[in-house]
Amino acid sequence: MPPKKVTPAVSQSTSAISGALQDLVQSYKDNTPKRVKLIDAFLLFIVLSGVAQFAYCVLVTTFPFNAFLAGFGSTIGQFVLTAAFRAQVNPATRSQFTIISPERAFADFCFGSIVLHFFVYNFLG
Amino acid sequence: MTVLKLPTFAPSTLTNAASLIRILALASIAGAAISSRLFAVINFESIIHEFDPWFNYRATRVLASQGFTEFWNWFDPTAWYPLGRVVGGTIYPGLMATSGVIYNILHALHLPVDIRNVCVLLAPGFSGLTAWATYMYALTKELKDESAGLLAAIFIGIAPGYISRSVAGSYDNEAIAIFLLMITFYIWIRALKDGSVLYGTLAAVFYFYMVAAWGGYAFITNMIPLHAFVLLLMGRYSDRLYSAYSAWYAVGTLASMQVPFVGFQPVQTSEHMAALGVFGLLQLVAFVQTIRSYLASKQFQVMLQWFLIAAGVIGGLAIVGLTITKTIAPWTGRFYSLWDTGYAKKYIPIIASVSEHQPTAWPAFFMDLHMLIFLFPAGVILCFKELREEHVFVIIYAVMASYFAGVMVRLMLTLTPVVCIAAAVALSSLLDIYLSVEEPAKPDSNGVGETAPPGADVPADATVSKKKKKEVAAAAAAAAAITPATTATKAKTKSSTQYGIFGIDTRLVVVLNAIFMLVMFVLHCTWVTSSAYSSPSVVLASRRPDGSQNIIDDFREAYYWLRQNTPQDAVVMSWWDYGYQIAGMADRPTLVDNNTWNNTHIATVGKAMSSSEEVSYPILRKHDVDYILIIFGGLIGYSGDDINKFLWMVRIAQGVWPDEIKEPNYFTARGEYKVDDQASETMKNSLMYKMSYYRFNDLFSGSPAFDRVRNQQLPKEGPKLDYIAAEEAFTSENWIVRIYEVKKEDPLGRDLKTANAFDGGKKRKPSKPTSRRKALVA
Repeated sequence: MPPKKVTPAVSQSTSAISGALQDLVQSYKDNTPKRVKLIDAFLLFIVLSGVAQFAYCVLVTTFPFNAFLAGFGSTIGQFVLTAAFRAQVNPATRSQFTIISPERAFADFCFGSIVLHFFVYNFLG
Repeated sequence: MTVLKLPTFAPSTLTNAASLIRILALASIAGAAISSRLFAVINFESIIHEFDPWFNYRATRVLASQGFTEFWNWFDPTAWYPLGRVVGGTIYPGLMATSGVIYNILHALHLPVDIRNVCVLLAPGFSGLTAWATYMYALTKELKDESAGLLAAIFIGIAPGYISRSVAGSYDNEAIAIFLLMITFYIWIRALKDGSVLYGTLAAVFYFYMVAAWGGYAFITNMIPLHAFVLLLMGRYSDRLYSAYSAWYAVGTLASMQVPFVGFQPVQTSEHMAALGVFGLLQLVAFVQTIRSYLASKQFQVMLQWFLIAAGVIGGLAIVGLTITKTIAPWTGRFYSLWDTGYAKKYIPIIASVSEHQPTAWPAFFMDLHMLIFLFPAGVILCFKELREEHVFVIIYAVMASYFAGVMVRLMLTLTPVVCIAAAVALSSLLDIYLSVEEPAKPDSNGVGETAPPGADVPADATVSKKKKKEVAAAAAAAAAITPATTATKAKTKSSTQYGIFGIDTRLVVVLNAIFMLVMFVLHCTWVTSSAYSSPSVVLASRRPDGSQNIIDDFREAYYWLRQNTPQDAVVMSWWDYGYQIAGMADRPTLVDNNTWNNTHIATVGKAMSSSEEVSYPILRKHDVDYILIIFGGLIGYSGDDINKFLWMVRIAQGVWPDEIKEPNYFTARGEYKVDDQASETMKNSLMYKMSYYRFNDLFSGSPAFDRVRNQQLPKEGPKLDYIAAEEAFTSENWIVRIYEVKKEDPLGRDLKTANAFDGGKKRKPSKPTSRRKALVA
């Protein structure tokens, strides 16, 4: 969801907002390690996939509801697992996780994804 | 400065000994937990208890003999005759699956254990695991320390509040659910502390197991979000919270929808919306935090905060809006009855009629928890002193569970674990302070410590002669307390010399008092377990005048009679309480059973029972009823019989047919519920009354019959039966179970009443012969 969220401004002048946005993008470009950017790209892809599924559900049909839930649950689950992984390896937030090393974080991420997709697969029907 | 000298050991010896003692203590706690649940087997026999367990047992037998797929697709045509029941889709299969797996493992090991014994002993076995899970939970190092963990384990192991639902033979969902509850909470706390996705996912897996096992999973579904939400409000958001909660919710929700009985509920009903809402909120907060980390501008941060609040409000409104437009199902009646205790009585009499859904009486708290109930608040207050994440959880849990336990007797079960944990924290804090040999250095202390009697050097010794398990726990507490508490006290002494415990006598008074309470607790638990919670209720026991035990086995006698003497497809009608038992023990189709899913069907049975024979008979015939089974306690004074439940039948029937069945008609003119001469005509004509007291007078050979449950004398003239067989089919030894056969239609097409009169020697309608006789006499 990254791009949308920033727009609903309260009563700022547009120039200030666009300036802040430019700052944001610049700061993101400067301060994010490459690997985290890769994770972010994956996150963006998941968001798009989720939006597409949701749009299909709302506009066309919910009919195999379990299949929709499985697919949508898969994107949501994968998104949060990846986001948690991102927080665990991102140097900016790493300090909060005293016990979890980056390697452990990756193993956790894999385990979570496998369990998640086991249920997704079972639920697709 | 110390009160008395302790022998000194190397630190490694101390830690080794402590861990050995811990393991031994846990093992003996599990042993105590299991063996105290075996009273039921020893006093009676290895038998399935009560009502619901009989169904679970029957389902497990299907699972064990026909495999999981068959069980999953099992359609039971004999329940809810003639509707049938899709069993696989209407149960929580976790319990049966668990015992099925255990059964198969044992058989793979060539241990030919009967499935019944697996079922009977499942609950005690899992109680041992619960004790371990509670230990782990209270331990989590964070909450307090190992000694508190051990105390919590022994408390939960023998607390009657939990035993009441997990004695041997009590083969019900709660048997494994409490273990799952504790383990899920433990893993959740663990996940939160570490911020670990692994533990978050594991919590979800155990949550899935819980969903598959017990309808009370909604408690977890709302406790964890509430905890996360409170942490958010306390300004304690961290990425650890995000990781743990998101992993738990995303995987857990998807997993919970795999259980057919739950289905799409997690995304469609109000009970589950709190979890979804907190999930969405956490995503927003996390997103804002991430953006904020890239920005330095103060102004923008303020703006983001406003955005966050606005988004939260909009999200909340969306959920409310969806609820109003019925896209999200509103709260179910069972949940309303938790908030408004009068709700069930008004709208859902079936729920209100179950005794375990009544509000808890005050003595029950003491009965079930004994001294823990007054240690409990102390423990909660101690949690406030530290107030880390896990303490917040215990506090929320304590508040919520206390409320629910006050509303419904059966929810005492969810309160018990947190009471045990909080009480253990309180007691172990007390013991830590009073078992420490450190004494604050005070200028005027005149060496009380040095002259301490040697017998008191390790207070735990005093317990040796008492209960063994207590002693182990206390010893471990003492061992564990010495090291950490010593340092703590040292640090304290430096800061303020004014506070502290002086002398050995103060210590002895407090410690001996605590030990005395612990011993009383053990005695109380044992007594309550053996006397109150170990009755199978299928087999009753009474005492003869000489004190020996008299077993009353009427239920099984009657069910066995049905099994042996009636055709396989004979339909038995009884009140729903006995449906599962009839299906399990007599193996006959029933109209209604304890799975009270169809209110109208139950009301039909209620109507048949509470109407007069003329009205009931067509209902009985339409439902192909061959036998009617009723429970009658009037002869030996068994108070849980059908006449005492009769008003509920009337009320439930009245809910569906308010014009035909009216509750006031069953009372006397003065509004009393009576069965004697003064009983109302409706009451006397009702099928239930007639069947209960049919030929009851004959037992008393002339003297007036006396009902020992209601302490009332019955009318001289007993009731007559026309539409069901004049001879009852079967009456058990103590008259507890009476079975009647329903007559078929008369082969000559007469009204059954006339046919009966004909057989009785009265050739025509009673009015005419009398007049003729009169004429003859004249």
